[in-house]
Parts: sequence; structure tokens; C-alpha cells
Amino acid sequence: MSDVTEDTVDEVSDDAASQSVEESRRTRHSIWVSGTEERMPFAEATDEGAQELLPRDEDPALEIQRGIAVDDDYVIPEHVDDSERQIINMGPQHPSTHGVLRLQLELEGEMVRRVKPIIGYLHTGMEKTAETLNYSQGSTNVTRMDYLSPFANELAYSLTVEQLLGIGVPPRASAIRVLMVELNRVASHLLSSATMGMDVGALSMMIYGWREREICLDFFEKVTGLRMNHNYIRPGGVAAELPDGWEDDVTSLIERVNEGVDEYEELLNENPIWLDRTLGVGVLIPDEVKQYGVTGPVARASGVDWDLRKETPYCGYEKYEFDVPLGKHGDAFDRYKVRIDEIRESLRIASQIIETIPLGDYRNVDPKVTPPPRARIDESMEALIHHFKLFTQGVVVPPGEAFQAVEGPRGELGCHIVSKGGSRPWRMRWRAPSFAAVQALPPMMTDSMVADVIAALASTDPVLGDVDR
Amino acid sequence: MTDTQNNETIAALVEPFDSTVVSERAYASSNSSYFMISIPRDEWVPFAESAKAIGFDTFSDLFAIDHFTDAPRYEVVLNLVSMRPVERIVVSTRVPYDDPVVPTLTNVFQGANFYEREAYDMMGIDFPGHPDLTRILMPDDWVGHPLRKDYDIGAIPVEFKLGSTGE
Repeated sequence: MSDVTEDTVDEVSDDAASQSVEESRRTRHSIWVSGTEERMPFAEATDEGAQELLPRDEDPALEIQRGIAVDDDYVIPEHVDDSERQIINMGPQHPSTHGVLRLQLELEGEMVRRVKPIIGYLHTGMEKTAETLNYSQGSTNVTRMDYLSPFANELAYSLTVEQLLGIGVPPRASAIRVLMVELNRVASHLLSSATMGMDVGALSMMIYGWREREICLDFFEKVTGLRMNHNYIRPGGVAAELPDGWEDDVTSLIERVNEGVDEYEELLNENPIWLDRTLGVGVLIPDEVKQYGVTGPVARASGVDWDLRKETPYCGYEKYEFDVPLGKHGDAFDRYKVRIDEIRESLRIASQIIETIPLGDYRNVDPKVTPPPRARIDESMEALIHHFKLFTQGVVVPPGEAFQAVEGPRGELGCHIVSKGGSRPWRMRWRAPSFAAVQALPPMMTDSMVADVIAALASTDPVLGDVDR
Repeated sequence: MTDTQNNETIAALVEPFDSTVVSERAYASSNSSYFMISIPRDEWVPFAESAKAIGFDTFSDLFAIDHFTDAPRYEVVLNLVSMRPVERIVVSTRVPYDDPVVPTLTNVFQGANFYEREAYDMMGIDFPGHPDLTRILMPDDWVGHPLRKDYDIGAIPVEFKLGSTGE
């Protein structure tokens, strides 16, 4: 193209006219390079930004990006001339990066030799924001972190605050929490399977997954008033009693989702294209799982038997009968299969809750934590004072430090709160499962094909709101 | 695992290290517990190595806390898990304001890489020996470390069509 342009300009041979033609073409066909004032011709302007992938001999993190920091059985690349390597950016606007994840890939033909995940595009400073919100407002903030598992976020937060306060919750509140978190796990895994199908090319799977997820979201809306970002599980219990007839809703949900899951398995388990795209793709060995702190379905697909619901049961999980599905190979197919099996186990827990849920309060009645019922305010001065204090000052938490983790849909979701007294946390730290999963992408992806990058990424199911917080 | 056996594991872990403070905390709505351990900075890496050797081989978390008015000002916290027996330790060390340096753990746990970058980015803790200590969540040319207590929340004036920015 540029040759043609020069020829045309030469033919005109008028300085002013040629300049303006040149200028207008350049304006249209050039882009800005970050950090410079110069315009670069389009072909040269493949700028990698500030996080550029350094030349191999200068790169201090080479081992990590090549995924060979942990001993495993990957193929070590033979010597290839540097001119055959190229660096491309996948994301941050790539549709299969599930948000705004950017992967720098060093390619040799179609083989990926180096991977550098670059994150932070969705960083909104939620840990800093949390320091300015009081404990009653906190759950509104944390529910927006991992936007596909809001109940798990709220639960981790509420349990940590309860640990600091030294209070418990009534058994009914615990059962409601478990019900909501398990149905949330179902919704999240359905979405994950749907998007994984979409990324790999099974477009019907995408529609099916969304269809069944909608049933779960309808139930959430009925209970909490919102489809996402519920702020339903709060320190001291839950926000409201389950609506009348919830047992029937959950029963029909269990039935319909189970039918749907059978349909997915029929569609995918024996499907040769699906198997070709997922078997042996994105393998993570147990040692890598432990070193990188990967948890949840990704770890369990690698055969690491670690589920906080079994290991350190909270909210009465020890009362329910369920199994922890484990994979053997640690590849994308096992992750898909573990998620599908987890959906069934979660539904099993939900059906047990319908039968065993105890009667009683849905929240703690400690007046220092829970606002009084509206009617009490008219009758009691104490109730009025507590109501006023709770909504102006918030819950006052004694000084201390507490950590609590729950098993979210993506793995171990931990909350660490440092309190120096008062009604606002001094520091709130979130141990996000997706953050660890993104860090483990290089060992998963190096020395595989470019197409497998997408399948591997989809199978880890990262939520960028959780990664960047 | 019974509590006494867990206590024995922790006792064996902290035995070689002086000036170690251990406290056991119970999770909320749960019968399980975890241990909070505080150690001096020069024992940071040896402690992590011996913890890994004794069974705490799963890296869970690493982050920093700014205590601001309490000296030493910063605290770096490491969260390790032992899968069998099931146990969790939350190890912390304090570092002063004028010397916010903690040796890197990337040679012990590969997973510390991103977490140390985040602690550097958010709190300005230096981890000598880290292979690639660059900003991770904030842009590369960002000035300051946002989670420090002396870093203002800040606000961007938003220009509404029919409103003023308050200037």
C-alpha cells in the first residue's frame, strides 16, 4: 500500500498538495504508540505496551513464562531461529478471554513458546474502597468482586466479620446460606460450561447453559430481588426469609437443571470434536497446582483432593451428604467433567436442605449486629437507639485479625480482615481463586497450539472481576 | 486429625525458630481452626522452607498490611496450607517504613510471583530476588502505592452535561 501511495505522490509532484495527501493518508493509516508523540506507520506499530515481552536473554522471568519453573514432562523446545518467533497479544478485548485478560504469546508457527498473562484492566480498587465502607455496607461491595458467584463472596465476608465479632448464626440462617451458595455454584458452573462450549465451538452448549442458568437466576431474583450482586448474606445471617413456596421452586429447579445436565453430557461426552479439543489440553500437574495455589475444580481435575466444604466444614456442611468429584488427568476435559459432576452434587445438597432445614430465625438477634424489626422501633426506645446506631455508625467490631475461606465455584475464596476497632475494616484482603488460576496459565499453555490456549483458558474459568478486584 | 496432633505439627514447625508467637483461632460457624504465627524478617525464607518441608506445601496467599501509626509500619502476611493433615498457617512479619524489604519467596513457592508483585504494586514492599518485580494491577507509569494509608482515595471530577464539577 505504501508504495502505491508514494508513486501517486510523486506523480502529483506538487509539494503542498502531496503533503496534504500524505498527511491525510497518514492520519487515516497510522496509530499512536503509547508513551511517544510520534506516529508510526501501521505495519511497524505493533507496540506491546509497557509490559513488553523482553528478549529471551534479558528476560528475568523466562522460566515462569515458559512454564518450566516447576519440573514436569513438557517438551523442551528445540533451538529455533529468533526470526521464526513472533509475539502476539491475545486480548484484552478478545471475546474468549472472559473479560479483559491480556495474554502475550510468543509463537513459533502455531506453537506457543512463552505466555505472559497481563492483568489489571478491571482493577477498581475494591480492597481500598472496603476500607471506607462500614461493616454493614461491606457486603454490597464484596458481592461485586466475583460477579458470577456473589453469594460466595458475601458468605466469606460475613463469616470473617462474624469471626471477628465472635457471634454465631442460627441454624436456619446457615442452611439458607448453604442453599444459596450451592445454587450459585450451579449457576456459575452452568455459565462456565456454556462459555467453554462457546469458545471451543459447541454453540448449542452455550444456549443450553444459559437456559438452565436462567432458572437459577429467577430463583435468586425471587429470594433477593436481584439477579446478581444480591447483598443477601450479611454479617449475622441473611437479609430476608425465603419466600413462600420456595421448596417447590427449588424442587422444580433441581429437576430441570438435572435434565439439562443430562442433555449436556449426551451432547458432549462422546462428541469427537469436543474430545479432540479438550482431551490432553492445558494439563496442570498436582505439583503445579500446589505451588501456584490453584484451587477449586481446576485443582480437583488434576486429582488434588481439596474441597474446603469437606476439609474444614463451615455452615454445617458436615451434615449434608455429598461427594467431591475428582479428575485424573488435569486437562480441559476433566475440568469440564468435574464441573458437571459438581452441579449434580450441589443439587443433591439443595434437595437435602429442603428436607432438613430447621425452623427458627433467619438472622442473629444480637441487637448490636442486626437491626431490630420495624415494629419494635415504635415500642422500644432501645430498639430505636440500636436502629439509629446501626444505620449511622454501623456494626462496631473489636480489634483483631481474622481469616476465613469458603469453597467458591472457582476455588478457595478467602477473606482476611484486620480490624483496629470501630465500624470500618482497617484492611480487607481477598484471596481470589481466579488470581491464582491466571498465574498458572503459563505452565498450562506453553508448548501447545494457539487454538488450545483458548480451550485451556475457558476450562480454568477465570472471572476478571475476581482477578483484579 | 485431632487437635493435639495438629498442635504437634505446629510445635515441630516453630521449634527451631526463636521469637515466634503462635495463636490458634477458630473459624466462624465451624469446628476447625487455623494458626497465626508471627516471625522476625530474617527468618522469613528459612521459615517458609521448613514449613514447605514439613507439609505446608500449598501456597495460598501473600499480601501486605499498612499499620500506619504502629511501628514497624508494614506487615507481610503469608498463608500456607497443609492438605494432609488439614491445617492452615497465617505467617506474618513486620517491616519498618524506611526499609520495606522482605526477601522473596519465589524460590520456595513459584506461586509467590504474582502475589509479591501485587504487594509491591499496592503497598510498595520490595522483594529482592524476585524475577520480575513490576506493577501488576496498576498501570506501569503509576506513581504511588494505592493501599498505603497515606494514599488518598482521590476522585476524578466528572463533567455532567447539566451540572458543574464543583469548581
